[in-house]
Amino acid sequence: MIRITCPFCGERDHSEFSYGGDATVEYPALDASVGEWNEAVYKRSNPRGPHKEYWHHLNGCRSWLIVERDTLTHEVGKVEFAHPGLRAAVEKTA
Amino acid sequence: MSGYRLDDGGLINRDNPLTFTFDGKEYTGFEGDSLASALIANGVDVVGRGFKYHRPRGVMSAGVEEGGALLTVGGGRFREPNTKAPVQPLFGGLVATAQNAWPSVQMDVGRINDVMKRFLAAGFYYKTFFGVRGGTKDWMLFEKIIRKAAGMGRASREPDPDSYETAHAACDVLVVGSGPAGLAAAKAASDAGKDVILAEQDFVLGGSYLSRPGGIDEAVGAIDALRIAGVTIMPRTCVFGLYDSGVAGLIEQVSDDPGLHGVRQRTWIVRPREIVLATGAIEQPLAFGNNDRPGVMQAGAVRTYLNRYAVAPGKRAVVATTNDSAYAVAADLVAAGVGVTLIDAREIGPDAPDGVKVMRGMVPIRTKGNYVLKGVEIGTLDDEGYAAAHDTLDCDLLAVSGGWTPAVHLTSHRGPKPVWNDTIHGFLAGTTNEAIRTCGAAAGVYDHDGCIASGEAVAQGEAGPQPEEGANPAMPLYEVKSRGKKLKCFIDPQHDVTTDDVRLAEREGFVSIEHNKRYTTLGMATDQGKVGNVIGIAIMADASGRTISETGTTTFRPPYSPISIGALAGRGTYMHFRPVRRTPLHDWNLAQGAVMTDAGLWKRPWYFPTDGESMDDAYIREMKAVRSTVGLCDVSTLGKIMVQGPDAGEFLNRVYVNGFGKLAIGKARYGVMLRDDGIVYDDGTVWRMSETDFLMTTTTANAAGVMAKLEEFLQTRWPDLKVQLTSVSDQWAGIAVAGPKCREVLQAVTTECDLSDEAFPFMGIREARIAEADVWIARISFSGERAFEVYVRGGSANAVMDALWDTARPIGGVLYGTEALGALRIEKGHVAGSELDGRTSLDDLGLGGMASSKKAFIGKAMSEREGMRDPDRLQLVGIAPVDSDKRLRAGALLDSRSDMVDQGEGFITAVTDSPDLGHWIGLALVKGGLKRWEGKEMISFDPARDGNTAVRVMSPHFFDPKGERMHG
Ligand SMILES: [Zn+2]
Repeated sequence: MIRITCPFCGERDHSEFSYGGDATVEYPALDASVGEWNEAVYKRSNPRGPHKEYWHHLNGCRSWLIVERDTLTHEVGKVEFAHPGLRAAVEKTA
Repeated sequence: MSGYRLDDGGLINRDNPLTFTFDGKEYTGFEGDSLASALIANGVDVVGRGFKYHRPRGVMSAGVEEGGALLTVGGGRFREPNTKAPVQPLFGGLVATAQNAWPSVQMDVGRINDVMKRFLAAGFYYKTFFGVRGGTKDWMLFEKIIRKAAGMGRASREPDPDSYETAHAACDVLVVGSGPAGLAAAKAASDAGKDVILAEQDFVLGGSYLSRPGGIDEAVGAIDALRIAGVTIMPRTCVFGLYDSGVAGLIEQVSDDPGLHGVRQRTWIVRPREIVLATGAIEQPLAFGNNDRPGVMQAGAVRTYLNRYAVAPGKRAVVATTNDSAYAVAADLVAAGVGVTLIDAREIGPDAPDGVKVMRGMVPIRTKGNYVLKGVEIGTLDDEGYAAAHDTLDCDLLAVSGGWTPAVHLTSHRGPKPVWNDTIHGFLAGTTNEAIRTCGAAAGVYDHDGCIASGEAVAQGEAGPQPEEGANPAMPLYEVKSRGKKLKCFIDPQHDVTTDDVRLAEREGFVSIEHNKRYTTLGMATDQGKVGNVIGIAIMADASGRTISETGTTTFRPPYSPISIGALAGRGTYMHFRPVRRTPLHDWNLAQGAVMTDAGLWKRPWYFPTDGESMDDAYIREMKAVRSTVGLCDVSTLGKIMVQGPDAGEFLNRVYVNGFGKLAIGKARYGVMLRDDGIVYDDGTVWRMSETDFLMTTTTANAAGVMAKLEEFLQTRWPDLKVQLTSVSDQWAGIAVAGPKCREVLQAVTTECDLSDEAFPFMGIREARIAEADVWIARISFSGERAFEVYVRGGSANAVMDALWDTARPIGGVLYGTEALGALRIEKGHVAGSELDGRTSLDDLGLGGMASSKKAFIGKAMSEREGMRDPDRLQLVGIAPVDSDKRLRAGALLDSRSDMVDQGEGFITAVTDSPDLGHWIGLALVKGGLKRWEGKEMISFDPARDGNTAVRVMSPHFFDPKGERMHG
């Protein structure tokens, strides 16, 4: 059972969260080309080792988080808010 | 084996005799006995039959590694097969039966398998029936017969009547095992101020203390010290697995006989900061001829039976060893009055204990006896390692020690492969970065004082004593090979895997240990290779000319020992497996006679039968009433999300394909949203209540998913938008009031709100009051009739529904359920879940015209891909049977040819009998859609039910295509 330390709620079981996809993908503007959208929707690397991914604290504060997880060991590293404003607010108080 | 109870000693309560039965015969043991010790004390020697060859088996060990004494405990629905007798505490009234034996363990017809052994060698399942004549049918027949003859105990076929539960805990240090190392580690960690949980799988704490003369008293002192220090002590609790982030899974055996109201087992999910493994070591057998005969036992187990249970497993013993540990066993046997000869494979060894005859350089070659042990042929090893017979010793107990291997399973669960260690001739835990440390015998430290020192040191983060070879190094023998007559030498007694099986598999090319294991099934029985793994690897290494280190080992996976599925389910069964969601009108609907149906987790009214109506009669009547007078329907399950803030309009503009920025206050609009890949995701209406307040409704099925998606957009993609989302699905109840007389009904209960077309046009929304409750009313229609939806706080829903129903009923109104709701929408050609199936685009559903060309939205770019414009895509059409008496079936395939192949040209998504049209109608997705098929005939294929039906393809808007009724 992976444990994720939500910056808002603290350390919780992964069963409170739902996986939300690759957090390294940059979604293009809504009016971007099919080609750019195709890249964002379908192209994924399959990294071995540390990887940034979205986790949604579904059964908690409902924050979308960027979680650094090692795809080989499931070791969880840095966890931050996906929302840049919240991220900045946390950094300010730290 | 002719075991008996010693006159004194042991951790048993002789004042509390317990009666139990084995195979119908009554016996007596004592409180503190295991089922195995009680059977041995009563002189029972054969307790079961082998898996494949049905050879007689006795008790082989004193722990979870047991391969012989697997019994079925309990009867009827309480029956628990494959219970390991050495770990089952005796309780009064226990009913045990032997397995794999018919008619009895003494006379078993399955023994014939022993004669047929050449057909049951390694991989026999795979080989024997490969290319069987008659094919699969014959194989299925043979498999049944073989499985009946070769098998473990059988579980009850009834639902498990016992209760289980799940509990959670956290601590600083979880210590696993309560032997000398575990007790020392727990004390040291506790002394360092840490919060400690100590888990022990046995029903008595003490581990190897309990096997030593006088050890019980030593253990009691150590355990009391832990209690005083506040350590949480959990006996009968097996740590079955270690998982990510240091989470441990434990099963606590709460009660053997809980009755119908008690808890039998409890699953603990423990989150420790550190884990100290003091899991001990498992004594290894030796492979020699007929080493599975009842009377052959692990040497260490003999010691446990003598000292812990005050039971002598035999009257004349031979102890066969490759190491020093068995000398103490011989000494304890002598002390109990049992005559002993010790044969040591080595020329070296400790001095002979008093009263013990020691023969050095001697190995066991084969056991003698009929069912049970009568003697053992011993001999010397020649230069090539083959044994030559020397003598035969009479005995009824053969205590064997082939060395020890640390129980490293739990570390292996975390990934690190066990590493071979030449000093101890066993596998040690692989290295890990995680906070998991191993001490005592589990770390290869085998002497008692060393274990205590190891536990203390490791708990404090120090290395402590390391494995040592000792004055008399153990001999890595594993197998006694002999020339001449082939004898069965078992290495996995549970799955009846022999040394020859492993060699045969190796010759057939299964040279990888992982492949060999699966092919021979070595180590795949309920002991998970605790006794056979190392020998198996050693024999493979020998056969392939590699070292053990080069041969490698298999991966240990959870669970460490078998656990009940029921324990993992805990209380999450039946209704608790999936929570039930009820609308605020649930009881109201039931009181009106609703028959309910499941919609995801929700319970929804399906139809409201009157006078014993069938479902078909009921929903047709409900539909007719909606079309002619008025119907009320509980639509509370729709997802409802408040979208608020200065950027709410812009946000909705991006999310929906159609425009929302200019939606007027007091108006609602139907909207469709796509996924990123351009496929239709969900639909619903959005109501604008003020400049900055919108209420979004979603489909029942996607309510949670849409909410999560919207949050993702706001937090990850468009963090600059000032929008607040609140799920209000559970706060608001919804009631549809549909039909020509809906205004009449509603106006009667909300007199101050003007419902005229001028004041309240189609798609308008208004605040109002009904039955003294604040409500929102929207003039929206799913049925195609003039209709309103009334939304009210859940707590006032019953009062509002009462008011509406009191008005609707006298004028011929009805309550309608999901069946009529679905039928009404099919008549209108409205798409729903069966068409929004995750594969259809806007154009496929005939909704292409909704997409705004003035703005971009989620899914727009991808919906313009080439494949999304393929004229062969499945598109929405309506269908009706050519012969209007025929019925249609959802799910049937459609094709133009009567000899349809593959998946045909499409399929039917939804059907209903249409009272307005007087025949069945359906919606379907077909290749090319209306453009290709309108007016043409297709064949509906439904071979399992009605066969083929000719249908005509038409517009899906069967009823009032211009929408005059809902606007009028
Ligand atoms: Zn949180």
